[in-house]
Amino acid sequence: MNDSQLRALREAAADGVACDGLSASRDDAGYTFVTPEVSHDGLNEDEFDALATENPWFVSNWHFWRATSETNEAFLRWVEHASELGVRERYETLVDGLTREWGQLLVTATLGTDGERSYELRHTADAATAVAELDSYHDPREAREISTLDDDGDYRPLKTAPTLRAGWRFADLDARDLVRTVEFFYPATVANWYRERTGELDVSHFRETAERQTGIYGVIDDLDVDSVENLAEACCVDSQCLKRREWDEDEETPLDAPRGDGEFPCREPCSLVVAAARQFAVLEGEETRTYELELTPSERSQLGDLVDAVADGRVDEIREADVGDGANRYRARYLRAKRLADGEFEGLREKR
Amino acid sequence: MPALVIVAHGSHLNPGSHDPTFTHADTVRAAGAFDEVREAFWKEEPSFREVLRTVESEEVYVVPLFVSEGYFTEEVIPRELRLEDWDVSLWNSDGTDADTATLTAADVDKTIHYCGPVGTHPAMSDVIVQRAESVTQNPDVGEGFGLAVVGHGTNRNENSAKAIEYHADRVREMDRFDEVGALFMDEEPEVDDVTDYFESEDVVVVPLFVADGYHTQEDIPEDMGLTDDYREGYETPTEVEGHRIWYAGAVGTEPLMADVLLERAADAGADVDEALDIVRKRTATPAAGD
Repeated sequence: MNDSQLRALREAAADGVACDGLSASRDDAGYTFVTPEVSHDGLNEDEFDALATENPWFVSNWHFWRATSETNEAFLRWVEHASELGVRERYETLVDGLTREWGQLLVTATLGTDGERSYELRHTADAATAVAELDSYHDPREAREISTLDDDGDYRPLKTAPTLRAGWRFADLDARDLVRTVEFFYPATVANWYRERTGELDVSHFRETAERQTGIYGVIDDLDVDSVENLAEACCVDSQCLKRREWDEDEETPLDAPRGDGEFPCREPCSLVVAAARQFAVLEGEETRTYELELTPSERSQLGDLVDAVADGRVDEIREADVGDGANRYRARYLRAKRLADGEFEGLREKR
Repeated sequence: MPALVIVAHGSHLNPGSHDPTFTHADTVRAAGAFDEVREAFWKEEPSFREVLRTVESEEVYVVPLFVSEGYFTEEVIPRELRLEDWDVSLWNSDGTDADTATLTAADVDKTIHYCGPVGTHPAMSDVIVQRAESVTQNPDVGEGFGLAVVGHGTNRNENSAKAIEYHADRVREMDRFDEVGALFMDEEPEVDDVTDYFESEDVVVVPLFVADGYHTQEDIPEDMGLTDDYREGYETPTEVEGHRIWYAGAVGTEPLMADVLLERAADAGADVDEALDIVRKRTATPAAGD
């Protein structure tokens, strides 16, 4: 606690102060100062100051929260487990740091100067990495660069894809910059999380999202509910996106695809899902046909291996000489040499 | 203090598409006229749908970083921002003179000033000229030079061509370049034939695009004959059929674009005079030799 925090509390007491167990007020009889452990009224200014000085954490804690917006306060209080820990316990624990995971972000709150807060942000995979091994950042806007490409240098069009690269840290952020940095990594997640907590998340389900589309995306309304199920399964599960899907086909028709365990909600199909849906809608415009194709049983199961390997993003992990894996490059090349010409299966016949 | 939200197209495929938006947003941030400046995208995040809830200010200026008035600025952006009672007639525009409309959005308790796009603001003509100065590294470029303003053309959007012609006319009226013309990618006069349309030996070609990408980096250089294969690059200027072509790339990457963003907000009532001075000083073409 510093003098200006104390002065601010004295001034605010005129209107009444209540924060985390501290209450302070002033009336004709003098000041009142109450914490979970002490309760005094009829105090003069010196007595009030003395009590505040004996309970510095309560004063600096009040001062810290005083200036934060409603949304940020809810998020930052969640970060330091404020609903489970009282001020005293929290301040003792903040010395070593209180943490939360937010997608692939690890947020750590520690005590800043004069009992305020200081925040650190790093990748969850770097939880145990020595500070010296991490690139250090301080400007929230640098999160835009870090989040643009993945470890392989590939573009990440979806900010909440589980492909955030590691190896960096933002140190000594104040409250506002912490939220700004989090929001550059995962835009709108804090606002939507807060809406959900207060029961005000405005979910737009697939069907209403589809009906809203115009231009080249108007076609996505042609997808039937089974296709929407496949779409969510393809694009929206935790292996693809860390948001927790809260939208369904419509209010009455939930989708079976796992919603995910993410901390922050997904309130409507995003632009990537809409763009994918457009492609699927075009493809679903075709009727099925029956084909006849000669394959050995191993070749038939190899086709499944190939689809799985691509769908699970496993292609780069298959070792060059692991020819036992149906999705191994040599195996795929052998199958192509034997069975395909110009990208089509030889001997494929459509059954009429 | 109000917030500024810059809405741009963005890309699912090209990681560089958002760069000009970020750069201009940072210039505006540094000028200090707004408490909050936030970028939002059609194809990236935050989306148009969710950006308004990410700012705390109760008054928000929304400026589209788009080159023309049309489908996106008139239909998609207002719809996705959930602007209540939006109607394009509120802009009272013939396709190149949108101003602003003050509205509310259905999902937030804020006043939204929805501004016309940067591309049709009169100040955009100055950015085109400054782009010509940048590419020629000559702050006095004009005499002995032709200037071509390049756009898509009407196949995609009728107003797209209007915006190109509007700025070509304005730059012509400045009486600075020997000749000024509008060229298009998918209609006559086509950018492919740039050397047929200009008599000047030196021609600066400025595409009215927000970001560099497929059209500005691959299509146009190859169409004009600067190179057979964009991957091999080209010189600036490049000799083509007896002309020196100074190809400028997307005008949207010119730092002075930040000035147009502020001009749009100013036209909508934002108090940005000081910021405009700061931005103009910071984004001025360096004098020759600097």
